[in-house]
Amino acid sequence: MSEAVLSVHSAGPHVSIQDAGRFGFLRYGVPASGPMDRASFAAANIALGNQVNQPAVEISMGGLVLDCLTGSVTFAVAGGGFMLDLAGRKMGSWTIATLTEGQRLAIRPGHWGSWTYLAFAGELTAEKWLGSSSTHAMSGLGGGRLTAGTQLSVMEAAVRPEREGSIPCPVTARPKSELHVVLGPQDRFFSRKTIETFLASPYRLTDAYDRMGVRLQGAALKPDGLLNMPSEAIVRGSVQVAGDGVATVLLADHQTTGGYPKIATVLDVDLDAFAQLRPRDLVAFRQVTPAQALALTRMRAATAVRYLEAIAKPRGTLEQRLMSENLIGGVVDAHRSHDHASQGN
Amino acid sequence: MADHALLVEFGDVIDNHIHDRVLRLDMALISRPFEGFVEAVPAYASVLLRFDPLVTDHRTVQTKVAALIASCSDHVGAGSLREVAVCYDPEFAPDLAPIAEATGLAPEDVIQAHLSGDYSVFMYGFAPGYAYLAGVLGQIQMPRKDAAVRGIPAGSIIIAGPQCLVTTLTMPTGWWIIGRSPTKILDASSDERPFLFDVGDRVKFQRISRAQFDAGVGA
Repeated sequence: MSEAVLSVHSAGPHVSIQDAGRFGFLRYGVPASGPMDRASFAAANIALGNQVNQPAVEISMGGLVLDCLTGSVTFAVAGGGFMLDLAGRKMGSWTIATLTEGQRLAIRPGHWGSWTYLAFAGELTAEKWLGSSSTHAMSGLGGGRLTAGTQLSVMEAAVRPEREGSIPCPVTARPKSELHVVLGPQDRFFSRKTIETFLASPYRLTDAYDRMGVRLQGAALKPDGLLNMPSEAIVRGSVQVAGDGVATVLLADHQTTGGYPKIATVLDVDLDAFAQLRPRDLVAFRQVTPAQALALTRMRAATAVRYLEAIAKPRGTLEQRLMSENLIGGVVDAHRSHDHASQGN
Repeated sequence: MADHALLVEFGDVIDNHIHDRVLRLDMALISRPFEGFVEAVPAYASVLLRFDPLVTDHRTVQTKVAALIASCSDHVGAGSLREVAVCYDPEFAPDLAPIAEATGLAPEDVIQAHLSGDYSVFMYGFAPGYAYLAGVLGQIQMPRKDAAVRGIPAGSIIIAGPQCLVTTLTMPTGWWIIGRSPTKILDASSDERPFLFDVGDRVKFQRISRAQFDAGVGA
């Protein structure tokens, strides 16, 4: 059995271990947590030949620098347009490559995106809480945050040359500034005019952005009357409006209940791409009916399944790929094949 | 809500009768879940229902829930009785004195009033293991503080209005801190019973001394 041991040289804030999420505990005050961009997280695991739920490292715009102390392991990085430096080799995210003993891997923010995922071929050792390694930011329970000095261990670490190269980045992984919402559940606390303002005005993401949610800046959304509703459950995507009229979109580690009214809820299918926006980016909210929301969700689910099926297949080793291009194209165009490999972004 | 949830509201006040209806629907969902049911989150006056949008839709869920509500039994089974130890040592209870002053009671009377409340678990929320207990007696009900105090340790017994809560994480709070409990409401190390309460349970506080607290009684 081979093991790869990695040591964190430096890590930005909000760098943590996440698996697909911790479900079914909302009634005990525990949100699902899990990746901010679940689709990119799934892509990293699937393209590497892992199970979709395996723990991976979620990296914020603060970046992550890792040293491989022992062993060799193939890894995938998917999500956003991040920049990688693997022992001097520059790559973009949406890449699969191999890290070997003594090498340093640096992952830093690039031209777009707020979160990227680092998955390993093998089993990343991670603490579980309630059956999941997802880290809940507020309590630190689960796999935990990564800070300088943290050691990561990958059991059954594998080298998978047949999977190295780029992962196609789907258009749905790009940041999305037009968000579909279903109004409610407390739109009755807002005047018709306020709801029209909400749907017609641009809102800007602020720096108050973490795994719990992101505060927006824009036209105030003053709720009518007294804010004395009893607290009730909240879902990811809720657009909650505080007494001062400021809206917050709740994300992976959201508190599970609240007493502030929710003017609308962003469709779950838009949240991954929303999370890839950066502070100061603009968003607009587009109202859909619940039936339209379902139709969008089902269409997107079908597309996601086809995409994951396509990237699940190993592309073959470089030798095999050259061979197949040879057979099909008759000649090897080294320049073209290089372009292809660096098409990650 | 969005593409995957429905909120069933039974009223807009904190009230035992309304909460009974919440509990009845929650129990009915647990015993007779509909196809595509993911989870239910009971609160003071509402139940949030999450469903799988690839299996069912808002309208179908609405119809099924209406039928469940109509066929719910009138009877809410009494929840289990849970005991929670509490130590009112001054070091753990910085707000006993201000409450005594505000209510005109002696600090010991504030403690007795807290011990004699009839508490039940109305909902969990905000943070893991934060169980909101209703049942604080009127004579010691306090409005929230104007500003939250930072760094309140886990295990603090805090009250505001009719509500009482045993904190499970170190956090800021604008509620009044009257004691500390060694009883684990959230036991991160337990897979079998990570949460002490179920919504609907009744709670009795048992007073312990500082010496007992330090010896780990009630933990």
